[in-house]
Amino acid sequence: MEFTLITGRTINQGRGKEHGKFSEEYLVNVAVCEMNPEDMRRLNIKDGMNIRVTTEVGSVIVKARKSRRIKTPGVIFMPYGPWANAVTKPESEGTGMPLLKGLKANVEPTKDEVSNLKDLLIEAYGSSKIVKSEEQKLWM
Amino acid sequence: MDVILSVVCPVCGCCCDDLEALVDNNRIVDVRNACALGAAKFLNYSRHRNTKPLIRKNGRLVEASLEEAIERSAEILANASYPLLYGWSSTSCEAIRVGLELAEEVGGVIDNTSTICHGPSVIAIQEVGLPACTLGQIRHRADLIVYWGSNPWSAHPRHIERYTALAEGRFQKAIWKRYLSRLVFESASKRRYRVASLMFKGGSASPPAPEVFSQLLPPSEERKLVVVDVQRTRTADLADFFIRVEPGGDYDVLQALRALIRDEELDVDEVAGVPIETLEELADLMVNARFGMIFFGLGLTMSVGRSRNVEAAIKLTRDLNRYTKFLIMPMRGHFNVTGADTVFTWQTGYPYAVDFSHGYPRYNPGETSAIDVLTKDDVDAALVVASDPVSNFPRKCVENLVKKPLIVIDSHMSATALVADVVIPSAFVGIEAEGTTYRMDHVPLPLKKIVEPPEGCLPDEEILRMMLERVRDIKGRESS
Ligand code: SF4
Repeated sequence: MEFTLITGRTINQGRGKEHGKFSEEYLVNVAVCEMNPEDMRRLNIKDGMNIRVTTEVGSVIVKARKSRRIKTPGVIFMPYGPWANAVTKPESEGTGMPLLKGLKANVEPTKDEVSNLKDLLIEAYGSSKIVKSEEQKLWM
Repeated sequence: MDVILSVVCPVCGCCCDDLEALVDNNRIVDVRNACALGAAKFLNYSRHRNTKPLIRKNGRLVEASLEEAIERSAEILANASYPLLYGWSSTSCEAIRVGLELAEEVGGVIDNTSTICHGPSVIAIQEVGLPACTLGQIRHRADLIVYWGSNPWSAHPRHIERYTALAEGRFQKAIWKRYLSRLVFESASKRRYRVASLMFKGGSASPPAPEVFSQLLPPSEERKLVVVDVQRTRTADLADFFIRVEPGGDYDVLQALRALIRDEELDVDEVAGVPIETLEELADLMVNARFGMIFFGLGLTMSVGRSRNVEAAIKLTRDLNRYTKFLIMPMRGHFNVTGADTVFTWQTGYPYAVDFSHGYPRYNPGETSAIDVLTKDDVDAALVVASDPVSNFPRKCVENLVKKPLIVIDSHMSATALVADVVIPSAFVGIEAEGTTYRMDHVPLPLKKIVEPPEGCLPDEEILRMMLERVRDIKGRESS
């Protein structure tokens, strides 16, 4: 089933950010995808289950979250952040602004785990520059 | 314990200037008047913090002295032929000014975060202008507030309470009472519905949510709140009138409204999912307002149409001024993104996406904007100041960014800092350093220093100044 993906700010994303991008607070509030309850029922997705969101750019695993605010079936919402940006398109069509609201996306349940920020970076951009967590305890 | 009054909040574009910080022994123990976002920053800023400069050696980030880090950064920038200098909206105007000097010196492209928030608004404003005012005017006088594609409840939590519907103005009162009585009414009708559906089994499981509250519209002289969005946000819950637009349909709805305001007949039943009758009601409401105000957010700039959506909204405002007073303002996100645009403009003539590679400033969003120079893989080094593009840019751009030598000046340890080659920790402006910030309505406010920064953490401005001097030394050495 094809969805329209909207990304945006949420208050918990904003709060999580101030706790630090590597905090648990940020992970649980940003690595999520809000869905309409009806869509969830149709795809057999339970609240809190891991799902894979795929667009033409790539895919990312996040937690599904039931939202009574998304009334229109076929619309999904992800807070701004590295997880959402793993699937957004860079073309700006001459405006300098990528399309961050209204992308086409697919959703499926998955058994794979949600990556934390560090692993997500390693998966996406290779590990040449990213040092493994046990070596990098400088700021935690 | 000291109480510091009139602290300006360095989080969102509201720049609330009535915060009170309780400081004990150089530690912030509490902050009054702040919203959840503001409080989260003041109370958690020192967690997950790196206070030592880091340099990448053999693939690993290792601690270094500040001089070493500045030297390495200056080398990277001086040797690059087309570096990108990005970020700027979460630092002070004073630091931005030095950043622009640095960009000119190294012949790079400098861009601020407007590029991925209100860049399209700026493009539209350059085409058609912007009838705006300060937020104080709105607080005291506006009797119709429209939030279009923006959700202040989440992004600017005190905006509604300080400047619009829930603010107690001199000539306009807050809508608290009405909101509360509507809540009571709604929960009562839900309860009635539940009882009814128990008695007559087989009805639908949830009550038909009242999407439009026109039947409950307040008396004409009272302040009204309208929200237009693609989903029912928490801000929409507060509104007297909520209109749901299909994703990507804002342009159509705005143009339809313009036609209705000119008293033209529209030969359709609905526009982008909104029934024509609803739009007619909204058009009436707008024309009959004495002082109307539209706040628009990223719902317009980030969806299909981008700058054209904003242009349509501004033109709608312009049309409305034939009948009444109507103004419009973008809801700027970061606390000093307005300042970044302002400083960029007074120094170079352009608000963002400024290219110095020809020796003079050039501006062409879509070509000289951060997203585009990264997508095309044009830049050969980057300096990021107080921003986290690795989290906030599409993946393709980030792939090209992390391949290049990357310098980060930031008080947080961000995802971008993690993949950088040089990381220079700085003092938090507005907490540990002074500076100037511009509120979203272009009012400049002084950021305060309320505690001392950790040893060795300098303000962004000083770090940039040191870097600029070293770059000049290196360049001077080369040219002589
Ligand atoms: S509304 Fe914005 S500026 Fe005001 S306290 Fe909240 S985060 Fe700070």
